[in-house]
Amino acid sequence: MVEREEILRLEGITKLFFNICALKNVTFTLKKGEILSLIGENGAGKSTMMNIIGGVIQPEEGSMTLHGKLYTPQRTIDAKNAGIAFIHQELNLFNNLSIIDNIYINSFARYPGTPFIKKSAMRENIRKLLDSIDLHVSPDMMVEKLSPGERQLVEIAKALSGNPDIIIFDEPTTSLTTRETRKLFALIKKLREQGKSIIYISHILADVYELSDQIVVLRDGVVVDTGKKEDFSMNRMIVSMVGRDIKQMYPAERPVAQAKKLLEIENLSQPGIIKNISMHVDAGEIVGIFGLMGSGRSELANIIFGLDPYSEGMIRYMDVKLNKQDPIDRIKRGFAFVTENRREEGLLMEFPVYDNITLAVLRDYKKAFGLVDNAKLQKPVAETVSELRIKCSAIKKNQVKGLSGGNQQKVVLCKWLLAKPSFLMVDEPTRGIDVGSKSEIYNILNNFAKAGMGTLVISSELEELIGICNRILVLSKGEIVGSFNSNNFDREVILGAAFRQNISNGSTNIV
Amino acid sequence: MKGSKNLKLFFLKNMAFVLFAVVFIIFGLLCKNWFTLTNFENIARQSSYIGILAAGMTFVLLTGGVDLSVGANMFLSASICGLLIVKGWPIWAAILICLLVGFLYGCFNAFFIVKIKVLPFVVTLATLMAGRGLTLIITKSEAVSMPASLVSGVGSGRLFGILPYPIVIFFLIVAAASIFLKFVPLGRQIYAVGKDAEGSKKAGINVNGVLAFVYIFNGVLAALAAIVSVTQIGNVTAGFGVGDEFNAISASILGGTSMMGGIGTIFPGAVIGVFLIQMVQAGLVYLQVDLYLQPIISAFIILFAVFLDSVRTRYIIKLEHRNIRTEEQVQKTQKGFTLRDLFDREK
Repeated sequence: MVEREEILRLEGITKLFFNICALKNVTFTLKKGEILSLIGENGAGKSTMMNIIGGVIQPEEGSMTLHGKLYTPQRTIDAKNAGIAFIHQELNLFNNLSIIDNIYINSFARYPGTPFIKKSAMRENIRKLLDSIDLHVSPDMMVEKLSPGERQLVEIAKALSGNPDIIIFDEPTTSLTTRETRKLFALIKKLREQGKSIIYISHILADVYELSDQIVVLRDGVVVDTGKKEDFSMNRMIVSMVGRDIKQMYPAERPVAQAKKLLEIENLSQPGIIKNISMHVDAGEIVGIFGLMGSGRSELANIIFGLDPYSEGMIRYMDVKLNKQDPIDRIKRGFAFVTENRREEGLLMEFPVYDNITLAVLRDYKKAFGLVDNAKLQKPVAETVSELRIKCSAIKKNQVKGLSGGNQQKVVLCKWLLAKPSFLMVDEPTRGIDVGSKSEIYNILNNFAKAGMGTLVISSELEELIGICNRILVLSKGEIVGSFNSNNFDREVILGAAFRQNISNGSTNIV
Repeated sequence: MKGSKNLKLFFLKNMAFVLFAVVFIIFGLLCKNWFTLTNFENIARQSSYIGILAAGMTFVLLTGGVDLSVGANMFLSASICGLLIVKGWPIWAAILICLLVGFLYGCFNAFFIVKIKVLPFVVTLATLMAGRGLTLIITKSEAVSMPASLVSGVGSGRLFGILPYPIVIFFLIVAAASIFLKFVPLGRQIYAVGKDAEGSKKAGINVNGVLAFVYIFNGVLAALAAIVSVTQIGNVTAGFGVGDEFNAISASILGGTSMMGGIGTIFPGAVIGVFLIQMVQAGLVYLQVDLYLQPIISAFIILFAVFLDSVRTRYIIKLEHRNIRTEEQVQKTQKGFTLRDLFDREK
């Protein structure tokens, strides 16, 4: 094998924030035409690393070498000029503008000697660019008309328009469907063949495993492990990242279901969304609902919680028939619902942790004249915060925005647990959070069920459902197509059930 | 079901056109002499200065801001212009000073909004009140009369003896501003800043510069609108420009501009909005509707405009939610177009 040419080398990079070490002596090398994956938990220093390469911040010690020359970016534009492009987790696109406008917003071509934009030249460039990444739409297409996957491609086109040598992807797949992810991976591999070097940052280890040539593991600002993909097993990745073994990932003992039915659903239907759903959740058990994107899993959750209507069927809770579309009544009866998008639906991002946590129980802690009794709130809040191990130095001062994804999710859980619910629904409880926090969330759910409450977990990650549930129901095209007990969980069989209908009528070509 | 959804989308996107057509036909049926050139000319003439205001206001609204001070700006700049003419300044110099006053007024707003980071609503509300106060001090609360030459020359004069000057100026401003928004980099950046100021910063856009520009530009256009208006009225009284900012805002919103920023056009958008508002006012006069009822009807139009804006915004948020399209739908969105696309299309 020919040794590849070295493109970027980082040597002994150390970065301090207020005397706290964010990165310590980080050294690694990126070669031409290779994909290097950078993995690590939240707070491991990945983003600090990227900001240093991108010129957003400067390291205290250490040096970077680009194409054999010393590379000391002072501003983001330096990185761009040096041929380094970033694709961030959140897309930086203006949906109200066309693809051309988005790509050239700060560097429009003009008719010489006039202030007027000359589109013809840019249009030709972009058409070539879009063809090369297999996105066949007009350069004048408005971004708002594109799907999330296509928007991701526009973002990539934007990065490629500067003809970079190095492209850095930061968690690019979080908002993509399986099929869009496939397409993205094919593209990344194609870029590698064209001789581009890629740094790929992700939480999703399976993706990392599929893509990488080289893997670098960061933990607490230190490179703890590095090597060729061939030498890495999935387990080694996790052990290096978390510093402990995978067996501890899920709680050792599953909760035990009691012979007391909490939630009962009979023949629930809503045309075009769900069909003939019958299911139940008992006290003390965790029931999982597994389904692919578009199977109706979140829609079902919204219907159960009373947010969306249903046309037929019935929902009973503790032997009482529930009203249609009445979430307030359900909350009073002990329901809690942790929604899929914690940023938009679950949290007030700009508010302190304390305000977020107490939001759902303010009504229960009142004193004279209906004022909030903050004194009485202190103890339960402090207890739940420490029980859930939310890492936050000053909960009354720190904004939720500043916490890691895992801690944010714990704040949402904390908010609902403080209300002492008897039935908890969680939709994608671990999306976009690191392995360590995931494990803690699983423990929280486990303890909750063990205390005799009912729990419904909706997820697209089969692994976690297998790890924590008593039962798994498989949803496909709005119907329950399979039900499995924890003694016969079989990955292949469950996946088969979820995909069966899709394959039989040939509407998708994934798997 | 799908058909009705598309129809709904069509109406929502082209609401201004639909509304315009409906109101136009209703008045046509109710009023005699509605379909006459004189009537259309009157409506266009009355639309001219509000239209100029609405063009500037659209710039501001596109960035997600608002400027409540344009009416007061008109009052101040027109009054100073008139006083200078009375003192014997040449008319061209007085008009230049008038535009300069508008420019400084805009600079003042921009300084507090961009540098001191006070909300545009608060800043411009304050400059609205301060501007009117200042003008009353300068004029000693007396009306300022314009020389007859200016009034007959511009206000009722016609280009080539055909087109009234106020309408010509209005059309020129609309054309220039529309071209600016669409074909000048700064114009496209205004849309970007309105959609996502943080993202614009990341994309390397000088966000503060863009914001300052729209408020200053709006200030100058307010002064220009003041000149156009005053040449028609002939004098500046204490009520000059009062409430005009709201007519401009509602015209802009009626024409499809979102108060959230990032969406909207001057042509056809704001222009249709202005004509719609003026048409309603003219129609109400024609029908001899009670003078006191007219503001109430206008108020409902404004409320309706804001209601439309919120419906539209909600709808757009819904559309932006995760939405996976089948291949068939992809082709459809590429082929299908609305009236608005017709105007949006380049070339």
